[in-house]
Amino acid sequence: MGDTSVDRDFEKPILEIEKRIEELEAFSQKAGVDLSSEIEKLRARANEQKREIFARLNAWQRVLLARDPNRPDSTDYLTLVFEDFLELHGDRAVGDDGAMLTGLCRVGGFRVMLVAQRKGKSTKERVACNFGSPHPEGYRKAMEKMRLAEKFRIPVVTLVNTPGAYPGIGAEERGQAFIIAKNLLEMSRLRTPILSVVIGEGGSGGALGICVADRLMILQNAYLSVISPEGCAAILWRDASKAPQAAELLRLTPNELKELGVVDDILPEPLGGAHRNPKEMGDTLKAALVRALDEAVALPLDQLLEKRYEKYRRIGYFLESEQRRLVASGAPPGGP
Amino acid sequence: MAFEKIKKFISRKKQIPGDLWTQCPGCSKTLFKREVEDRKKVCPDCQYHFTLTPLERIDQLLDPGSWTELWADLESVDALKFEGDVSYLKKLASAMKETGQKDACLVGTGKIEGHELVFGQTDSRFMMGSMGSVVGEKVARGFELATEKKLPLVFVSGSGGGARMFEGCLSLMQMAKTSAAIARHAEAGGLFISILTNPTMGGVMASFAALGDVILAEPRALIGFAGPRVIEQTIKQSLPKGFQTSEFLLAHGFIDRVVDRSCLRVELAKLLDYLVPCSA
Repeated sequence: MGDTSVDRDFEKPILEIEKRIEELEAFSQKAGVDLSSEIEKLRARANEQKREIFARLNAWQRVLLARDPNRPDSTDYLTLVFEDFLELHGDRAVGDDGAMLTGLCRVGGFRVMLVAQRKGKSTKERVACNFGSPHPEGYRKAMEKMRLAEKFRIPVVTLVNTPGAYPGIGAEERGQAFIIAKNLLEMSRLRTPILSVVIGEGGSGGALGICVADRLMILQNAYLSVISPEGCAAILWRDASKAPQAAELLRLTPNELKELGVVDDILPEPLGGAHRNPKEMGDTLKAALVRALDEAVALPLDQLLEKRYEKYRRIGYFLESEQRRLVASGAPPGGP
Repeated sequence: MAFEKIKKFISRKKQIPGDLWTQCPGCSKTLFKREVEDRKKVCPDCQYHFTLTPLERIDQLLDPGSWTELWADLESVDALKFEGDVSYLKKLASAMKETGQKDACLVGTGKIEGHELVFGQTDSRFMMGSMGSVVGEKVARGFELATEKKLPLVFVSGSGGGARMFEGCLSLMQMAKTSAAIARHAEAGGLFISILTNPTMGGVMASFAALGDVILAEPRALIGFAGPRVIEQTIKQSLPKGFQTSEFLLAHGFIDRVVDRSCLRVELAKLLDYLVPCSA
């Protein structure tokens, strides 16, 4: 769960070319020499490298990208995707959880209730947001605001970005398991559309607690997992440093999740990842949200809720009856 | 008494003959097996509640002969092709051999003091009672059946494993699936009594086990979201005594009653009498 900010060897070739471009640009300005054709060539090479490297990212590399502190966080999307945000804080019970950001805003002509996990950018912010790990009051706040949205038939948009719900003494004392369970139940029947996007880390129950949705989308370099790769490695091999191997086993990448029938859409990221072009990422996200909102509000509410129920009802793989018929939510696996 | 003398003699010996005697995991005392069994598998000295097999649980709670298991043929699939040191399929195979069941969950119909109901339980001996696709499916079907037949549902949870890691996000999504089925049962006016036993953690606790209209727990069961070791590693201090026990949850307002196993059936019957809408 720790901070693995820059330890990404696979990006080194790109970073080296980018550094060289910067140097040449600085030199050409200072010396008044035209190096634009040189720089263009390097840019093309950098892009080529990005295309090549990002086309064959493994699961662990995607986990590292998903955790990158420079990656756009919910607060970035507040301006890149949404307008006129009005934060509403209260959980009506215990306190204000910085890891959960909730309020009204607009996107492409729709009014929406935004429920977003927040990691924060600066160290100070990250501490205030508990590094994106909500306490029970965060989940309660999310539910309070979703209820408000339901009352006024305002669609809910949730942005998922958490290493997991916080595992601490206070969190247990205040019923972390109970509050997440309640959110799952209430979201399954909330009488207004719910759209969810995993924008970075989707850490287990802590992610699911705000993403029971009519459409579950995920950014190309984000992940959703039942357990952190470190936690999985600790269980399998008593060695958290084997997290890269565990990440492969868990099938936590967007493509694999789509194949399993867990996520509905994968949103492509700009070349080299969302952090290299937040504006472009924002545009993609906005377009996807508006499209999904158009679709969701067009459905009669009862139909929408029936579809939501069926979507979750179908997820799973198992064998049934003497003929060993495979019941599966996604593409069938290689065969039992 | 001769009985006590034998006990003393046996406890001096290092090897305990497995068929007659057993050691209490709670107080380490050597106990006469039949005495423990006569007491519904509760230690006569420290009240430690031994783990029950699903059939022992059924014997203790349901009216004799009333149990009919449903969907017993559901079998797990290795959708992820999960190959750790031991593959998921091998783990499943050994759990099946050990328990004689196809997965960690039994659901069916039965009666308690004449009250018809849907009854389910997770078996903490089968891959730590963890929830994968089969467990999620059976729980969801159980609630759908209870909704359709307007029956109450009683579920006994025991799951140290929570969501089953070996099925990745398919397991995670079973949390949403079971919770959604409970929502429909609740909307139709159905009664759900959730009974928590040692241990009930993680994804099972953070979904269906937490959603009972009435929540009971056996004494001193470990109940919570994050495992104690994970919490200790995160906060870097040791946990207070009694943390995440049934009694701790009762004190913090999350469960309704801590019920000794010897009273469980009587209390369930009483709750059913109170809460099942009578048709007369």
